[in-house]
Amino acid sequence: MQMNDFVVRFAGEGGQGVVTSAEGLAQASTQVGYHALTYATFPSQIMGGPTWTQARICIEPILSSGDQVDVLVAFNEEAYETHAEEVRDGGVIIYNADEFTMTDPRSFGLAVDTLARSTGNNRAANMVVIGALAQLVRMPQTYLEDFVEARFRRGRENDSAIIASNIEAMNLGRQHAAESGFVLGDLAPPTPPDYKQLMLKGNEAIALGATHAGVKFYAGYPISPATTILLWMERNLIGEGKFAYQVSSEIEAITAIMGAGYAGKKSMTATAGPGVSLMSEGLGLAWMAEIPLVVVDVQRGGPATGLPTKTEQSDLMACMYPAHGDVSMPVIAPGSVEECFYGAVHAVNWSERYQGPVILMSEMSMAERVQNIPRPDLTKVSVEERLTYEGSNGYHRYSGYELSPMPLPGNPGAYVANGSEHDEMGDTTHLPSRHIQMTERRFSKLKLLQEDKYEAENTAASIVLMPWGGSKGPVREAYDELRAQGVDVGWYYSMFLNPMPPKLLEELLTKELVIVPELNYQGQWASILRSRGVKAQAITQYTGLPFKVSDLVAEINDIVSPAKEVTRV
Amino acid sequence: MSKKNPEYDFKWCPGCGDFGVRRALEFAMINRLEEVGEPIENNVVVAGIGCSGNLVHLLEGEQPYGFHGIHGRTLPVAMGVKMARPELNVLVVAGDGDFLSIGGEHIAPQAARNLNITAVIMDNGVYGLTKGQSSPTTEMGAVTSSTPFGKVEQDLDPLELYLTLGVSFIASGFSGQPRVLAELISQGMRHQGMSMIHVQSPCVTYNDTYQLIKGNAKEGIAPALWDIPEEHDPSSKQAAYNLVQQGGLPVGVLFKDETRLPLEGQMANIRARARERSIEQLMDGYTF
Repeated sequence: MQMNDFVVRFAGEGGQGVVTSAEGLAQASTQVGYHALTYATFPSQIMGGPTWTQARICIEPILSSGDQVDVLVAFNEEAYETHAEEVRDGGVIIYNADEFTMTDPRSFGLAVDTLARSTGNNRAANMVVIGALAQLVRMPQTYLEDFVEARFRRGRENDSAIIASNIEAMNLGRQHAAESGFVLGDLAPPTPPDYKQLMLKGNEAIALGATHAGVKFYAGYPISPATTILLWMERNLIGEGKFAYQVSSEIEAITAIMGAGYAGKKSMTATAGPGVSLMSEGLGLAWMAEIPLVVVDVQRGGPATGLPTKTEQSDLMACMYPAHGDVSMPVIAPGSVEECFYGAVHAVNWSERYQGPVILMSEMSMAERVQNIPRPDLTKVSVEERLTYEGSNGYHRYSGYELSPMPLPGNPGAYVANGSEHDEMGDTTHLPSRHIQMTERRFSKLKLLQEDKYEAENTAASIVLMPWGGSKGPVREAYDELRAQGVDVGWYYSMFLNPMPPKLLEELLTKELVIVPELNYQGQWASILRSRGVKAQAITQYTGLPFKVSDLVAEINDIVSPAKEVTRV
Repeated sequence: MSKKNPEYDFKWCPGCGDFGVRRALEFAMINRLEEVGEPIENNVVVAGIGCSGNLVHLLEGEQPYGFHGIHGRTLPVAMGVKMARPELNVLVVAGDGDFLSIGGEHIAPQAARNLNITAVIMDNGVYGLTKGQSSPTTEMGAVTSSTPFGKVEQDLDPLELYLTLGVSFIASGFSGQPRVLAELISQGMRHQGMSMIHVQSPCVTYNDTYQLIKGNAKEGIAPALWDIPEEHDPSSKQAAYNLVQQGGLPVGVLFKDETRLPLEGQMANIRARARERSIEQLMDGYTF
């Protein structure tokens, strides 16, 4: 049987190589020209705790982590019990025979650590697993050897020994899988992309995008699942005029990047929901005093401490309206690892362009997912700089109803950046006419962020889908399947949520129904769309996990089909 | 604002100590201009919320840059300005409520980092702008609008706090001596690291301590104010603790540790050790 993709779930305890196995498989596959995407969930503890990671390998670019588990690799008995029922009919379970034994007819045991040790390389356990998986889908041996060679040839003296032991480990895995008699099918040969690629996580893509866009100042506080951006910046935002630092709270983070933005540096922080709550007053100040800065919200689940290591799209209201008073926060929500890069560039550009705060919303599922993406061609990614004041003293920084040049400390044009309502020089005022002017000035600047581009397909349909953020992938797969079934449904998508591209809103306003699948209870984006006059209805899920394509297809069909009958009558 | 701005309607009460602090700050910035040629626009004054924070709007003469943000957050804003642009001279002006109560959490980390800024704290022992509530430095037992039966909390000694938290330059002064205060602020600006100039700046409306500070010979009240003797060794933390234990309002430099690098010095050392990579090189790390 020819297979175009397959999904492997690795489940066990933290520290058992669950994540590294999935990433190893993803790397091995992309190395030879397949596409790969991993989906990880973590326990909220350092050692132990149940965890699982899924890797999907495909001959085409991948949009979601995959519904159907073809192979479960169970590192312990609890993992088997938890995940066994998700294995599809005809799927296979590999269990770690060093940990436990069992008699499930779909399973065979693999003593991964013992086999690894027998090669003289204790760290080759992952390779035993990858070898077994490769055998199940009959991936040619040369692919795997190419991968091992590429991964371990680093110019060390013992490179050849390491490579030999890893290949031996894979062969042992392959041998045991062959002896088990199980076969899933023949994975179709890959079509290696003819463009350059990167293999990275969403958080890494955000960090790279922000760096390309010119972020020079980063302050952050550790919080799952945003911490890796702080760690990345501390290691890579290095050089004259650059600064990255772990500060003592999210309040320090937002106010420190505010000082840097005011002083003229492109500045950023990254946090998760609890941090957004703590930053809300600061975000209002940046809006009020017109200070460029970017806050990345890598969403996790639930209010308060919630679900720190699960995924959800429930911070939209908090990000769009974070602060007291009249504030409408610009929000960009990328929908894939690749969009994380471009979304970060846009976020920094927006903050400079309109001289104010911008929120970039990511999600745990994108932050920790590893995916191959086309390498960005930086010559085609434009970077914007703020309009600065170049004149003499006596400048009125907040004059008029539109954006105006911003003076930078150390230059003529001194003013007071003020979080109190202020006059043109930045001095505090209470005059009604001034509050009117400044309020209108602040809102008028949002016009500068109106973009033209968005995704639109089958635009003639009266019922359309409009996902946001990380749900884009599974919703897109559902859309493709629905269209293949002949369902007349349209597709709209933009990473620009506030402000939306004006033409996109115009189009949505003409639709009979806009269906918004989103990972929260209240249907937050649907509710915001309704407030803009769009007839929007949400499909919600609040499990802490991403959507399954099959669930979406069923739910969308439930909504669309009765409507179709009505129109027929 | 350099000239009277008719739209700006905030006024300090006549006799407010903050007038003297403002003058001292103006003197100190002019001194610095004369001493090292630093233009006034190279100074950034980060102000807290309260009567004291309004100082940033009331400065006369050539104007520095100002930042008047949200309550309690002067230090991290100042950190952002300083670490983004280490060549700027960054000042904080705040009151005891802003700096020691809502903003208290920021003192320890910035002291640990030795952030190279100068903070001038106007301590009047009360929340003036909200009309007379108790602050961390209000005397225990005092009846204020928010402590109708007397304050039950022990009052905080800010100088002892700064010493304990490891602030590397600590001076204490009085708003009624603008020239003396200007000299302390100037010394703080010259110090490479975090400098605190803690100023008793009386509130004539809600907590008038002028007589207490200056004394009244006729009524037999001895002044609380005393000059730190010349023989005091400011490099000794123990000597500084001993001074604080004597109570009253010492005027002068209590403590000065010049052995520590400021934060920008630490970061420069890191830059010298770490490798800077271009964006293309960083992306190369993700190729396969």
